[in-house]
Amino acid sequence: MNPHLRASGSAYFLTTDTSKIERHTLSVLVDNEPGILARIAGLFSARGFNIDSLTVSETEHEKGLSRITVVTVASPKVLSQIKLQLERLIPVHKVHDLTAEGKALERELALVKVAGTGENRVETLRLAEAFRAQVVDASTESFVFEITGKPGKIEQFIALMVPLGLVEVVRTGLVAISRGPEGM
Amino acid sequence: MAEKMTGAEIVIKALRDQGVEHIFGYPGGAVLPIYDAIFQQDELEHILVRHEQGATHMAEGYARSTGKVGVVLVTSGPGATNAVTGLTDALLDSIPMVCLTGQVPTPLIGSDAFQECDTVGITRNCTKHNYLVKNIEDLAQTIHEAFYIAQSGRPGPVVIDIPKDVQFALGTYYKPTSQTDHQSYRPQMEGDLESITEAVELMLKAKRPVFYTGGGVINAGPKASELLRELVELTGFPVTSTLMGLGAFPATDEKWLGMLGMHGTYEANLAMHDCDLMINIGARFDDRITGRIDAFSPNSTKIHVDIDPSSINKNVVVELPIVGDCEQVLEEMVRIWRTKSNAPRSEEIAPWLRKIDEWKSVDCLRYESSREAIKPQFAIERLAEAVKDRDVYITTEVGQHQMWAAQYFPFNQPNRFMTSGGLGTMGYGLPAAVGVQVAHRDALVIDIAGEASVQMTMQEFSTAVQFRLPIKVFILNNEYMGMVRQWQELLHGSRYSQSYSESIPDFVKLAEALGGKGIRVDDPNKLDEAIAQMLDFEGPVLFDCRVTKQENCLPMIPSGKAHNEMILPDTADIGNIIDEKGKSLV
Repeated sequence: MNPHLRASGSAYFLTTDTSKIERHTLSVLVDNEPGILARIAGLFSARGFNIDSLTVSETEHEKGLSRITVVTVASPKVLSQIKLQLERLIPVHKVHDLTAEGKALERELALVKVAGTGENRVETLRLAEAFRAQVVDASTESFVFEITGKPGKIEQFIALMVPLGLVEVVRTGLVAISRGPEGM
Repeated sequence: MAEKMTGAEIVIKALRDQGVEHIFGYPGGAVLPIYDAIFQQDELEHILVRHEQGATHMAEGYARSTGKVGVVLVTSGPGATNAVTGLTDALLDSIPMVCLTGQVPTPLIGSDAFQECDTVGITRNCTKHNYLVKNIEDLAQTIHEAFYIAQSGRPGPVVIDIPKDVQFALGTYYKPTSQTDHQSYRPQMEGDLESITEAVELMLKAKRPVFYTGGGVINAGPKASELLRELVELTGFPVTSTLMGLGAFPATDEKWLGMLGMHGTYEANLAMHDCDLMINIGARFDDRITGRIDAFSPNSTKIHVDIDPSSINKNVVVELPIVGDCEQVLEEMVRIWRTKSNAPRSEEIAPWLRKIDEWKSVDCLRYESSREAIKPQFAIERLAEAVKDRDVYITTEVGQHQMWAAQYFPFNQPNRFMTSGGLGTMGYGLPAAVGVQVAHRDALVIDIAGEASVQMTMQEFSTAVQFRLPIKVFILNNEYMGMVRQWQELLHGSRYSQSYSESIPDFVKLAEALGGKGIRVDDPNKLDEAIAQMLDFEGPVLFDCRVTKQENCLPMIPSGKAHNEMILPDTADIGNIIDEKGKSLV
């Protein structure tokens, strides 16, 4: 008898996946049709996959195509399933694992509202300049900054704004594109 | 110049152009225009069901026994929600189906209108694809595309939700066109030649090979089954199959090991466990097959042929995946084998075949016979004997009787066994039998049933009566939800919580009340005569076969165990097999 066998007594055979968890950015080219986002999101929830970030927008109007960027965290085996299950959906044209295919460009945009007066305002503006954040709205008591960059940079900026009077943040989620001359 | 017609007429015309002859459905407010169009033609035969779930299982039985797409027509709201079980069943078992659902008029969508539900939302995860047609100009092409998607690649159910105003609107009818240039959906039919060659090389070196075949062989069409037989003949390798694949290889052949898996035979499961080369053709390493994944066939090289890339490495990691249609891959395997070898490997694998013969001699399907009471296994054996020279189609419900049918009824041809494998839907068999009989009016169609399952969709017996479909419902009546009872004996200290079938109807009177014939038998000496009586009757029959009440379905791989740890029939007390710690995990 196989020594590592244990009776579990369950109706199902449970094994734990001990392989390493990785963060991957997937780019998904889809038909821009009603319900497409629900299809993609529904697949992730139905199969227990993680979504860390998801962005979707039409990118090729005349062909009616949208590009979805999904950031997911999974073991290599699950990652391969995510890719294959996405490809099974009828309106999905292509799925590219940008992380696996090499260093992709990844950017995010955030709008950051900070309220404050006096010295804090000056410090806020100084930091915004250092992070190349643009002022897109200002009042005597507040600023709204637009900042783009890698998620890490945005997080750092937001963290610095907390003691200076951070009110709220909106983020687009990650968009990513491969480097070099090749397209998807 | 394309023709203008109403949406409802477009539906009928598109179905006809897709070769549809029968649809299973139930009318209601949101599909009345389509029913009006049905009334005004006589090419399409509409089978009126008693409940929409019945329509979906009929379409499944129809599809599985013919290889054609099964078509369902239901109304909005409850019509659509009642169809969900059958859609999910078809998705899990890869059955081609197109389900047309009525929807409230487009301006009312989202207003919680009468009999409105979010059909595309509800069915998104239980269909291969679904559509809401809001524009009459899209209707014809959507229906054609739906048929293509339902039956190509890995088959599955497709829902088309059609609002009532679209059914009334005037629009253009477009004829079916080739769909193979579909923008984003391109199933991979041809297996990679290099991989197939490598597979044949592995087969030429194998010492302990086994073919593990599944529903994919049947879905690929009858030629795939012929090719499988040819390949087995050429190689001399033994064959086992999943529940869904039964019939692709003849049960009478000496290379046949019987079904594998949880209630598979001892020889099939041990061959899977000890093999050095596993050739999976059109099966998906389902958990009822593998047992414990970490102890599954530990020393074998695995080849996996599947049309669905996502099936590869999903449950079991394989060394050689081949994505492609079973028929095409089998054809290549046969061709390449012929170029490399002109004799089966009988000699090289002789020790392996001897080992298998030893396992066969355990006779894992033996059971204690009785002169006083009918054993369920005996009932199926006698039924099989009585119909062995007939063209017979078998459907089943879900439970012990289903496993006994798979174990004791020999299937020798594909498309002859219709059962709910993946979803395990009790109540599948009776309506499925109706669907099969619609497609094969002169054939003998038998639903091997249990008294609990059959009560779930019992009302469809009335459909059989209405359409003069002489199905035979062979009920193994043990007064228990037998498989539930068996699991309670195995895992829950024989505390039979809610698994005794109280107030079972008098099936004989019930059959008569519904307009059919009822037969009851409880004496093994009168069984053959009663079966003959059932077969001789020209209309539908409910056959109440009273069998021993607490028979266990064996052999069995108990939960959490490996293929080589089966419970064999001598195990008197199955309640003590799994330890206390294990039981708490259920």
